[in-house]
Amino acid sequence: MNQPTLNQYSPVKFSRIYALGAARGDLAVSNDDIAGPIDSSDEWIQRRTGIVTRRRASKDVSLMDMAVEASTQAIQRAAIDPKEIGAVIFSTITHPHQTPSAAALLADKIGANPAPAYDVSAACAGYCYGIAQADALIRSGMAKYVLVVGGEKLSDFIDPTDRTISFLLGDGAGAAIVGPSDFAGISPTVWGSDGSHWDAVGMTASLIELRDGEAGWPTLVQDGATVFKWAVWEMVKVARKALEVAGVKPEELTALVTHQANIRIIDELVKQLELPESVVVARDIIYTGNTSAASIPLAMDALLTSGEVKSGGLALEIGFGAGLAFAAQVVVLP
Amino acid sequence: MALSQAEVLAGLAEIVNEETGIDTSSVQLEKSFVDDLDIDSISMLTIVMNAEGKFGVTIPEDEVANLKTVGDAVSFITNAQ
Repeated sequence: MNQPTLNQYSPVKFSRIYALGAARGDLAVSNDDIAGPIDSSDEWIQRRTGIVTRRRASKDVSLMDMAVEASTQAIQRAAIDPKEIGAVIFSTITHPHQTPSAAALLADKIGANPAPAYDVSAACAGYCYGIAQADALIRSGMAKYVLVVGGEKLSDFIDPTDRTISFLLGDGAGAAIVGPSDFAGISPTVWGSDGSHWDAVGMTASLIELRDGEAGWPTLVQDGATVFKWAVWEMVKVARKALEVAGVKPEELTALVTHQANIRIIDELVKQLELPESVVVARDIIYTGNTSAASIPLAMDALLTSGEVKSGGLALEIGFGAGLAFAAQVVVLP
Repeated sequence: MALSQAEVLAGLAEIVNEETGIDTSSVQLEKSFVDDLDIDSISMLTIVMNAEGKFGVTIPEDEVANLKTVGDAVSFITNAQ
């Protein structure tokens, strides 16, 4: 029998990020506002986390509202027609419906209907997972433009008395338009997961336990020591590997944009990586808090809009969190 | 070759200094990490991670709570080499 023939998508050589968009929760929540239930203080929280305020969304501002705002801004900045978006990837752990996806509704709201749309559950690594997939979809020829959103309304899933993670958390959404390029704008992604630490960061209970009256409303919780050690020790290796596969030396970086987990993790990563002082380090956590999947695009957008870094420079972005999941890539700043 | 107790103390003092800025001469065997040196739990984790790297030992997480004083840490590292 003759080998049957099929058409396949024609690959495109390069991809890059065209533009970012950002939306933060409308409320600036101070340490004093939240210190009471955890018997803490502004000084203690700042020293442990670097956070001065975290941005949270009002009750009537939804995850979808923030995602639409960030996506619309990214589309406008990229100056593309949303009808040309060939996929919408929404990385989130706080979409309040098991199904349907947040991405399908987002695609419709921003004028990208009928683009394929799906959610990614990779927590704080979610945005970098999304960029990895966008890069692959574009270079394979499957999509012309991809909208990647990292968005969270974490304040819906916190316990004000929890001393492990709740006081770090904020709300927001960051969006990126990724598309074809005449130069390499996204390096190979170094990514993975370690499910042997599946319970190191997660929820206090499942929805089944909630239904059966065995637990209250599930909220976020973490084993801080395990996560801290992993986030520094293992992510240093991942960051080095990402630079190596990108063919980039540390001194060639314009910026380091890590997941904004905790200033102490960021500072220790910088120290272990022995980055030269010329590399701008994103510390958006100070006034935004930890926004999980949203933190990297929000932090990168803050560096660009403040003028601390310029378009065209190289940034190492690295996300890490529940799963435990991680992903890192070097990108050309949009 | 295994390091002597004095060599481990000197190396540990350098790690503590780098993490906290505390003068190496203040890092003495009888000093408590929390009560005397005012080292918080995140700094302690960082010191433990750096000590593991520097001395080529593994300090299990449930062992960290037992390392109350600089001397406790020096003894553990010296014996674990």
